[in-house]
Amino acid sequence: MSSLLQHVWILPALMGLSFLTILFFGKKLPYKGAEIGIFSVGVCLLLALGSGVAWIDRSNNPPEEHGATATAEHAGEEGAAEEEHAEEEGAATDEEGAAGEEGEHAAEEGGEEEHAVPPVLTEKTWFSSGGVDFTVGTFVDGLSVMMLIVVSIISLLVHIYSTDYVGGDRRYTHYFAFLSLFTASMLMLVMSRSTVQFITAWELVGLCSFALIGHWWEEKPNSDAALKAFLTNRVGDVGLLVGMIILFFAAGSFDIPAINEAAATGEIRHFLLLVASCCLLAAVMSKSGQFVLHTWLPDAMAGPTPVSALIHAATMVVAGIFMVARFYGVFWEGFSIGTAHVNPLAVVGAVTLLFGGLLAFVQSDIKKVLAYSTVSQLGYMAMALGVGAWTAAVFHLFTHAFFKAGLFLGSGSVAHSVHSFDMKQDMGGMKRFMPKTFATFVVCSVALAGVPPLAGFWSKDEILAGASGSGGLSGYPVMLWMGIVGGGLTAAYMTRCIYLTFFGEPRGKAADPHHAPHESGPRIVVPLYILAGLAIVAGFANFPFGPESIKLRFEHYVEPVAGYFPEISHPTFTLWIAVASTGLALVPIGLAYLYYWQGRFHGLTERVGLARAGHTLLVNKYYLDHLYTGVIANGTKGPVARATYWFNQNVLDGIVNGTATVAVAVANWTYRYIDQGVVDGTINGSGAASNGIGQALRQFQTGRVQQYGALLFGGAVVLAGIFVFAI
Amino acid sequence: MEAFIDDWGLTAALFLPLVGAVIMMFVRKEDEAAHKQIALLTSVAVLAALVAVAAVFNYNDAGRLQSVIDKEWIPVIDSRYHIGVDGISLPLLLLTGLIVPLVIIYSWNHFPEPRNPKAFLILILILQTGMVGTFVAQDLILFFVFFEVVLLPMYFMIGVWGGENRMYAAIKFFLFTAFGSAFMLVAFLALYFLSSDPVTGAHTFQIPDLPDAATGLASGTAWLIFGGMFLGFGIKVPMFPFHTWLPDAHTQAPTQGSVILAAVMLKLGTYGFMRIPIPILPDAARDWAPIIAVLAVIGIIYGALGCLAQTDMKRLIAFSSVAHMGYTMLGISTLTSFGFNAALMGMVAHGLITGMLFFVAGSIKERFHTLEIKRLGGLLLQAPRLGWILAFCSMASLGLPGLAGFWGEFPAILAAYQPAEGLPVELFRVCMVVAAIGTVFAAGYLLWLLQRTAFGTPKEEWEGHHFHDVETPEWLAWTPLIIGIVALGIYPNFVFDITDGGVQSVLTAFSGG
Repeated sequence: MSSLLQHVWILPALMGLSFLTILFFGKKLPYKGAEIGIFSVGVCLLLALGSGVAWIDRSNNPPEEHGATATAEHAGEEGAAEEEHAEEEGAATDEEGAAGEEGEHAAEEGGEEEHAVPPVLTEKTWFSSGGVDFTVGTFVDGLSVMMLIVVSIISLLVHIYSTDYVGGDRRYTHYFAFLSLFTASMLMLVMSRSTVQFITAWELVGLCSFALIGHWWEEKPNSDAALKAFLTNRVGDVGLLVGMIILFFAAGSFDIPAINEAAATGEIRHFLLLVASCCLLAAVMSKSGQFVLHTWLPDAMAGPTPVSALIHAATMVVAGIFMVARFYGVFWEGFSIGTAHVNPLAVVGAVTLLFGGLLAFVQSDIKKVLAYSTVSQLGYMAMALGVGAWTAAVFHLFTHAFFKAGLFLGSGSVAHSVHSFDMKQDMGGMKRFMPKTFATFVVCSVALAGVPPLAGFWSKDEILAGASGSGGLSGYPVMLWMGIVGGGLTAAYMTRCIYLTFFGEPRGKAADPHHAPHESGPRIVVPLYILAGLAIVAGFANFPFGPESIKLRFEHYVEPVAGYFPEISHPTFTLWIAVASTGLALVPIGLAYLYYWQGRFHGLTERVGLARAGHTLLVNKYYLDHLYTGVIANGTKGPVARATYWFNQNVLDGIVNGTATVAVAVANWTYRYIDQGVVDGTINGSGAASNGIGQALRQFQTGRVQQYGALLFGGAVVLAGIFVFAI
Repeated sequence: MEAFIDDWGLTAALFLPLVGAVIMMFVRKEDEAAHKQIALLTSVAVLAALVAVAAVFNYNDAGRLQSVIDKEWIPVIDSRYHIGVDGISLPLLLLTGLIVPLVIIYSWNHFPEPRNPKAFLILILILQTGMVGTFVAQDLILFFVFFEVVLLPMYFMIGVWGGENRMYAAIKFFLFTAFGSAFMLVAFLALYFLSSDPVTGAHTFQIPDLPDAATGLASGTAWLIFGGMFLGFGIKVPMFPFHTWLPDAHTQAPTQGSVILAAVMLKLGTYGFMRIPIPILPDAARDWAPIIAVLAVIGIIYGALGCLAQTDMKRLIAFSSVAHMGYTMLGISTLTSFGFNAALMGMVAHGLITGMLFFVAGSIKERFHTLEIKRLGGLLLQAPRLGWILAFCSMASLGLPGLAGFWGEFPAILAAYQPAEGLPVELFRVCMVVAAIGTVFAAGYLLWLLQRTAFGTPKEEWEGHHFHDVETPEWLAWTPLIIGIVALGIYPNFVFDITDGGVQSVLTAFSGG
């Protein structure tokens, strides 16, 4: 079993193979390629669970002798595996020594702690350039194993769900191929050992996101959304590239554990770490939808709903959060997280969770509500990392994946039935038609709202406890209160969403007598049940009470105890926060109930100017889209690009053409006055040939550059031309 | 056998195209099939010769010139027939060897009007001799001759088979390059007369001997000589602000001409920088490097903005070359082995990717008789395979990791963080950030192009038209390029392995990075 941890590369390799098989042979298969995808993800899930068991075993019985702590393995990476020649083997063997040393080091560091669990590392040289080895490898610790399991579970459920949801689509095979490629890239991302490998996987998930958002590219809004997603992420990627470059030169390595260790032990100047952290933060903001780069995420809902669940809720968008968690040594030192200083990460997270939550109130598209909710929840995670609550953030990532995927798939189930996503126009009263979807949707919503004892409560509470500093940090009171208020917003907008969708009288398409809505089939409902079940139980993975064997298991197994990870403090369960956050979840639910079910406080935006202004601001999404699309994007491709091109055509080319014209004029003048006038006047004997040339020359007065060139090269060109065409 | 290849492989690759061209002169013009076959056979033979040279090449010693032939050529001007191959030239030679047969295969049923396969193919073969010669020449005069040999065939290709404005484009191309070459020739001659062997005191045109011979040059003189070569090579690359010939030449050239121009001819300039001025005049290179770096990143942003303003697909692709060559020149300007490797990778990747893009543009033009972006749209519905290939190439061109383009871009940006000792670090770091921002623009113009041409639904004017999808000659010509793009993307060591030793030997004068 433990050798599984050294061979986790099999998972992305399998999915990569699945991608190629579906791409080339999918259309000829009986189920159009879906069976390959489902089978591969299924195997991946088993392997991921197996590696989970292996990791738990390793944590319980940490290896003693350093020989086993870190092994350089020939973990071949897709294409590279085929290229193993002698030199590389040499390189890989060299690495063995280095990695062994490192493991030893990690073991020493951790030796002071109670249970140091060194990660399982493998490495091989991908390519070398200028004396630098670019390596690939796997970096397996609790965090990666947890991510492997989450990605595989959600991916498998989404695959199954999709066979019904996109059944009959004209690009069905292509859809499943990209699901496979996405899963492969995401699995590779979470086990990356080198930063270059990380960047590669990071970009590949972005590509899949682009392709799947634009799956129905016939309609322009969809391809617009895909472009927006890709380009916004590219903006963040500038930060990613620069940040990783700085880290490479600062630590002298692409190796993620080595970089973290160098940062944690103070080998890298604080200033460099700060700059690198700020750069990487830009990438986090774009990938994980943090305010002000979040605007692509709601638009990304143009893609098929299962894709939204998998990519734009449960997995890809948490890649930014995962990056911070993965490079926590860097961020910890760079942003001085351990010292209770207010830092950019915490601020960005806190602002995002509030601003994102507020936007969810004015959406009429059910997926957009969920999208802004995702933005808001990602804000929680970023804030948690910013205040030092690493485990809380990662735990929230874990629980959020289940209930948010459940919500998205639930919304898809409703939309599949009424053929619309518009809650206000085309839904209402769906409870009657779709009781199963309704039940799972409510469970997931309650989990999201943070009502005990469902999953969201435990993870959100841990984040708030972390912000309050009950575990030893001096605390971030502002973040704490923003987090509590954000929880209230979550509860309120989810209540609104449930009311508009499932209660009241059917409207629009939902009321269409010819196509009465109906419950979805088993391939849709069963994944919903599974996710709702996980939304109920996942929170107990890190149950804060009880005997050692059940208390804080998630923290115990997922949080790294090794030299590459800073010594973080752990918040303890605080009763008043739990009560306050639960209260602030229930009160808004009550208020929303009064507003929607009882019809109280209606007309607030008509009566109160401030509320109206706020509403307008929200409807316009803080005018960020006006700024990005209207001003920046259109400005660049419009006036700026046109001005540059004008400069190119008129100034630069003007110089070129002007030079040519002047040269012709000079030649003409020389010919007429010097050659014909002076030289010829004395020599006296110009033949017919020069007469001809003279006539040609006179035409240059018209300023046509072509003719001037034709003359200058006339001799050579005419002769060679005759030569070429005569043969 | 190995010794035979060592002695004759390069010479064969160099002159076989001329032999083929001479044979074709004696075949009647109407016998098109024979012309095609001879041309293809010749170019495949050249590729085989180059592959054979690559097979006997000693990769552990890639910094040393191999397969060297050094014979007396024109003793009166001290010029020798001196050729050889090392880690820098080998990838570019193989690229040339690959591109030419593919262009000929593509031509099989895509001869541009006025139809004259004989002349067209002969020109391509002459062009090949020039390109191969430039990459193998180790004598400045020989280099200059081959460097100029490529001009005339390309001039005719543009001028005879080009688009509406072909005469203007052809002359502009010729004059602009000739203008730079004039300065370059003066610089070569100055280098010859002003440098002398420290032991014997003799003048030399031999590139491998010149670094030692040029050590005694006064720094101002060296700066000027470098400047002359900078003009010659910078125009060829082309670097901002000398790039204005390129969009016209590319747009007007027939598809085959554009492909060769983009895939190989632009590299003559970047290769020239790495081969001649930088190793020979290291001190002047240090003075010029910041200028080159700044112009390179201006080119990256400027080229991208130029792309965004285009309404013609081919012209857009042409402008993207300005941006891409900016990354290559940025890599070169760092004067580090890291940057040089990145530049070589970038050159090969750009050759494959932009070559493919021009092929695709040519095929679109052939089907729709227009490349005006406004009139296109919904290509994925009209010719799905062609559309997907366009999407693939766009992704490769914007530098998606996992495809070749990324390994030219990212390492070049990385190298700029820490240039060779003696270069202004702050300036290069600013350039690094600007270059990184350039990747956003690259994604912008390519995806926007993709959206406007491939996505969406076809415009009304094409209703009822049926367009045939990718045909056999196209598949034959494109498959090797697509495989190359993927293979280099997954395993960039195919290039880095060859170049690494080579760049270290030309950079011995520099430390750091």
